[in-house]
Amino acid sequence: MGFKFQNVDFLHLDAGFSEDELLVRKTARGFVDDNLVPIIEECFREGRFPRELIPTMGELGFFGANLEGYGCAGMSNVEYGLVMQELERGDSGFRSFVSVQSALVMYPIYTFGSDEQKNTWLPALAKGEKLGCFGLTEPGFGSNPGGMTTTARKSGDGYILNGEKMWITSGSIADVAVIWAKVENEDNRVRGFLVETDRPGFSAKDVHGKWSLRASITSGLSLVDVHIPASNLLPGTGGLKSPLMCLNQARYGISWGAIGAAMDCYSTALQYAQTRKQFHNQPIASHQLIQEKLVWMISEISKAQLLSLHVGRLKDAGKVGHEHISLAKRNNVWMALETARMARDILGANGITDDYPIMRHSMNLESVKTYEGTHDIHALILGHSITGIAAY
Amino acid sequence: MKIVVAIKQVPDRDAPVRIDASGKWIEESGLQFAMNEPDAYALEEALRLKEAQGGEVIVLSAGPERVGTTIREALAKGADRAIHITADDLGTRDALGVAKLIAEAIKPESPDLILTGLQSEDLGLGQTGVILAELLNLPHASLILHVEATGTGLKVKRELEAGWFQEIELPTPAVLTIQSGGNKLRYATLMGIKKAKTKEFRAVSAADLGQSSAPTVTLGQIALPSKQRSTQILSGSAKEAAAALVEKLKFEARII
Ligand SMILES: Cc1cc2nc3c(=O)[nH]c(=O)nc-3n(C[C@H](O)[C@H](O)[C@H](O)COP(=O)(O)OP(=O)(O)OC[C@H]3O[C@@H](n4cnc5c(N)ncnc54)[C@H](O)[C@@H]3O)c2cc1C
Repeated sequence: MGFKFQNVDFLHLDAGFSEDELLVRKTARGFVDDNLVPIIEECFREGRFPRELIPTMGELGFFGANLEGYGCAGMSNVEYGLVMQELERGDSGFRSFVSVQSALVMYPIYTFGSDEQKNTWLPALAKGEKLGCFGLTEPGFGSNPGGMTTTARKSGDGYILNGEKMWITSGSIADVAVIWAKVENEDNRVRGFLVETDRPGFSAKDVHGKWSLRASITSGLSLVDVHIPASNLLPGTGGLKSPLMCLNQARYGISWGAIGAAMDCYSTALQYAQTRKQFHNQPIASHQLIQEKLVWMISEISKAQLLSLHVGRLKDAGKVGHEHISLAKRNNVWMALETARMARDILGANGITDDYPIMRHSMNLESVKTYEGTHDIHALILGHSITGIAAY
Repeated sequence: MKIVVAIKQVPDRDAPVRIDASGKWIEESGLQFAMNEPDAYALEEALRLKEAQGGEVIVLSAGPERVGTTIREALAKGADRAIHITADDLGTRDALGVAKLIAEAIKPESPDLILTGLQSEDLGLGQTGVILAELLNLPHASLILHVEATGTGLKVKRELEAGWFQEIELPTPAVLTIQSGGNKLRYATLMGIKKAKTKEFRAVSAADLGQSSAPTVTLGQIALPSKQRSTQILSGSAKEAAAALVEKLKFEARII
């Protein structure tokens, strides 16, 4: 029932993309149109993650796409961003799965892992044969992960982990969890551990009753005296900076993803406004108030596209700061939520049904606004960056 | 098996087309281009044959510089190397002139099989592949949906009218023109896109191929289809009208 997606490129940015960047987007766009769009409303309704699409995504190189070697595609950050954009044009929950696998599981193993860890996990994660999750948030500590209470105690030639993690994407389907814990014998320094999810004492329970990201799995993790060998410590991790480096990767991808969701809402609203007639047999697009909404959307989407593209180019040049990524995540998710809401308005009653993707995007984006640093926490990160004063 | 696939870059299906000032072609500035759809199926068939049989897939395309984009897409999908016949004046050549260029470029390769699309989505002549076979003095078959190597030659599935198919065998080397829809098209993988840059991409100019005779067919004028509304009232009983409607949907509108 919905409309076929029409590319949103008001500023002719496509002309500035390289041939490879456009090809990467074409692959991701084709994959989403052919495989995800036809089933996503049903998945969302049923609260089902479309796991069957994992092998194809592995073959196409979507997992850890911006990492080099280990079967990863070695894409630039802009190319990686374009994949995220297209996936989230399909669905934020589906994109979340890929973000977690890539930026929050493969990236830390790639960046902080030993050779053995990299060789064991990365090729299998790249193919999608193994799945991962990232456990930072706890029931009592969300925006302030530094307060975490999960602990790792050195014992013999390994560690014993205890604690609770909450709101963990892909928690119950993961083969390996990247768990962040305070190491008791190291002055409570935060370090990362690879925990195989079949170890005794590890369990995951799904969160039910979500009105958002319904096509993605969200779980609570419980670790009760989970023994892991010392070789499961991610040796390069040390302090809260390590998980924050992972979040930076994911937030960068989200800034692109949010554009995808907004593009889908705009494309739908524009086509709807051009075909729906009210008063004098005129399309509603002929009314000034509707035009103003469409203009707001295309202006904000265009600005967001420029922002992510610029941040992506900075990242590719090795010159990006975490504050740039915060700016892009905060702005783009906000603009996507506003766009979804305006698009919903333009579709009138049809806007609330799942014949169109808008309400689903709206609901999804509420999570995207909260996770990976809430909108307000990013304001504080930016405030800190420009004033030098921390106000958390 | 050594396979050459001739692909053409055409205006993207969704691209809005405008007629240019000469009235003989469309305005190309700002237009998006894509791989001709039947050619994409020809490439897919070639890649599947290679995966089953081993061998090499060479893509070949004639046209201006922009054609490189489509060639690299074919390399990203898995073709092994590419030949670009650089020519800015294809519009002034007829199907025979273009087929001559392609034939000259193919000759030194001596492939076992040459695939082209059935027809191009822009001009829709459906002649290039067939003329190419004649110029190379090779057997050919058109409207092919599926190709199988038998060891001694080829077994192909050919589309006839009204849901009928024909299976025929022919020796190699041969030229086949491929119909859309025989297979599911693959996407270029991200690894494939990266790898495409390392593959051989040879350019040969139309002038070097030494073929530029005056066209025997020239394009006079192109026009956008005029919009017409014709409402037909189907008479008779509901049953008769329904039967007539089905007939029309099947054979006139061809949508069921
Ligand atoms: C669907 C979903 C999937 C998720 N997936 C993961 C995952 O895979 N891994 C993981 O580790 N986590 C995950 N999260 C958790 C997410 O990162 C947290 O929800 C987020 O960090 C916010 O924490 P909180 O929910 O505890 O909110 P809180 O931190 O309690 O914040 C509540 C409100 O208070 C505001 N606030 C907090 N502190 C301040 C302050 N100092 N000044 C001003 N305002 C403040 C916040 O902005 C927010 O509006 C996921 C969350 C969701 C919803």
